[in-house]
Amino acid sequence: MFKSIRDSLARTRNTVFGQIAHALGTGDITEETWEDLEDLLVQADVGVPTTMLLVDTLRERTTKEGFYRADQLTEALKEELRNLLAENPPFAINKKRLLTIVLVVGVNGSGKTTTIGKLAHHYKNEGRSVLLAAGDTFRAAAIDQLKVWADRADVPIISGQPGGDPAATTYDGIRAARGRGFDLLFVDTAGRLHNKFNLMRELEKIRSTCAKSVHEAPHEVLIVLDAPTGQNALIQAKKFKEVVDVTGVILTKLDGTAKGGMVFAIYRELGLPVRFIGTGEKIEDLAPFDADQFVDGLFEA
Amino acid sequence: MFEALGDRLQSVFDGLQKRGKLTESDVDKAMREVRLALLEADVNFKVVKRFVARVRKRAVGKEVMGSLTPGQQVVKIVHDELITTLGDPGRLNLGMQSPAVIMLVGLQGAGKTTMAGKLALYLRKQGRRPLMVAADVYRPAAIDQLQILGRQLDIPVYDEGVKGDPVTICTNGVKHAVSNNFTTVILDTAGRLNIDEMMMEEIKKIKATVNPIEMLLVADAMTGQQAVRVATDFNNAVEITGLIMTKVDGDARGGAAISMREVTDVPIKFLGVGEKLNAIELFHPDRMANRILGMGDMLTLIEKAQEEMDQEEAEKAGKKMLSGDFNLDDFLGQMQQIKKMGPIGKLMDMIPGMSKMTKGVDMSNAEGDLRRIEAIIQSMTMKERRYPKILKASRKRRIAAGSGTSVQEVNQLLKQFRDMQQMMKQLRSGKGRGLQNLMRGLG
Repeated sequence: MFKSIRDSLARTRNTVFGQIAHALGTGDITEETWEDLEDLLVQADVGVPTTMLLVDTLRERTTKEGFYRADQLTEALKEELRNLLAENPPFAINKKRLLTIVLVVGVNGSGKTTTIGKLAHHYKNEGRSVLLAAGDTFRAAAIDQLKVWADRADVPIISGQPGGDPAATTYDGIRAARGRGFDLLFVDTAGRLHNKFNLMRELEKIRSTCAKSVHEAPHEVLIVLDAPTGQNALIQAKKFKEVVDVTGVILTKLDGTAKGGMVFAIYRELGLPVRFIGTGEKIEDLAPFDADQFVDGLFEA
Repeated sequence: MFEALGDRLQSVFDGLQKRGKLTESDVDKAMREVRLALLEADVNFKVVKRFVARVRKRAVGKEVMGSLTPGQQVVKIVHDELITTLGDPGRLNLGMQSPAVIMLVGLQGAGKTTMAGKLALYLRKQGRRPLMVAADVYRPAAIDQLQILGRQLDIPVYDEGVKGDPVTICTNGVKHAVSNNFTTVILDTAGRLNIDEMMMEEIKKIKATVNPIEMLLVADAMTGQQAVRVATDFNNAVEITGLIMTKVDGDARGGAAISMREVTDVPIKFLGVGEKLNAIELFHPDRMANRILGMGDMLTLIEKAQEEMDQEEAEKAGKKMLSGDFNLDDFLGQMQQIKKMGPIGKLMDMIPGMSKMTKGVDMSNAEGDLRRIEAIIQSMTMKERRYPKILKASRKRRIAAGSGTSVQEVNQLLKQFRDMQQMMKQLRSGKGRGLQNLMRGLG
């Protein structure tokens, strides 16, 4: 049903991380090896602090454990990267309850609406009864866009008027889900830059509408981050987490040459797990995230 | 928040109060900081290498100017080199032929459709007659989105629905423009990955068929290291003539701008700076350099103040302050003017040196304070706003309840307001002219 995460990452690993093993080679570790490693990590958008941390850790291990060949270093790097993607907290969507509410948030153009279409398709195929709420009432034609996806996924959608109050649409969605017995509600929200105070307050209101209506809702708040984004992804995740208590990440547009290396920093600094990766424009182009596979995939040449 | 380069270099040179020439070892230390700062700002690592090499060349042996410390001297060199690299601001070249065809290309989600609307509005203000062409037949509702923008702006949109072929749509769109006397055509193409050969082939075909005079790559200012690859691939495919950076109103440092500029050698022509359709700016290399270095952006702040402050309102408030009947309602009005300029944290970032002072201070608190004050005043009746003296215990309790605050907070606000009135009184008796000038300066 899904393209495997390895297929989706084929291009990624053929470009950069694949190069890590290649670039570091199998010769002795020299100062140049460290510089190459640093460049490769930075190039994958791992970010300066995380890169420094990894390089320092690996230097220490090299001394302590007596590595001298670059391929030993590659193995150690894999381990360290896996360590950064530590254990995942349980994914609340999978827990049995009457109604599970998932709020999908993110900056403009990261791919929220497309991702919700894919999620709807995924969970419908898993036998869930899925409902969508078109909470992006701001962007021109965003509601129409989600309607097309609802159609493709063959799930119903609740929508209001363009320009309407997204919290009201959310509430309508919850009422409809309850009244008609749906067990999984995805709420789309308008893209917003995390430094826009009023828009972030609006999001807070949507969240509290969920919280007031259903016990422990929203059960998951997923931020959609687009893989080509650089260091700002971490700031985005942090700010959204502060305002609406984000619980996980969906990484989109991984079918390009972007590496999505910032997920390591997001795990490390915010403890936010990646739940899915988006790998294309088709409805089935979504794969559940698997940390081991992700790291392995990054290294296969 | 990234540490501004200025602060970082300051710490490198702290205790190094010498004057004279910058030595090789001074420069080495400084260059490492420059490199890290640029990498953190998302400048591509290869571009950083070349950039640092150029800065090093300029810095070694350079006299430290009288008024500058070694750290400031290096910042100045970096700043100058950034401006050189960012190049002259590009302006649209629409040629002599009518209609002038502008084609927008880029990755998914970069903001092409919104930018098409912004450009159309911008061009109409310049006296042109723009037509927008909806050539994104792939993304659901992309055509509807452009149609809606067209209706909002009252600018026509040509489309052939989702069944059409993008190359034909563009060709017909240009024909439609010719026969209907439009002077400019904006082609909104679908977002595509730079490595998707079939999709890249499509824009090559459109280019070959309609021969646009401007081929603009629309790119997200938050883009990371991939910026170089994306710009190179699009440039190789369709020879771009300019760059547009979008979402510049976010807090990304925007290093992608330098990367893309350097590898394509085409100018940056516009910036997208907000969700409204008039949120488009010409590119200013000096401001972008300041932003990348985290040096604040006074000019933008001043412009913003001028744009958002209602002149008449400001003058009225100024007169009221001087005449002594400045009441809580006027105070509320003033606050709302300030709020229109944007989040306080962001305003603070625009003031040079402020990023250092406010480091660790949670600016969202200040934002919260403003909102609380607003809520308190809004919970008062008009009479209470005009005559705060009538506020006694029971009214205060009502206001506190109405605004979700406490009586203490209401009292605190009233005290602050009284202090302010006191201050105005002092200004009035004596230095009144000074204040008047100040108000004029603001308006």
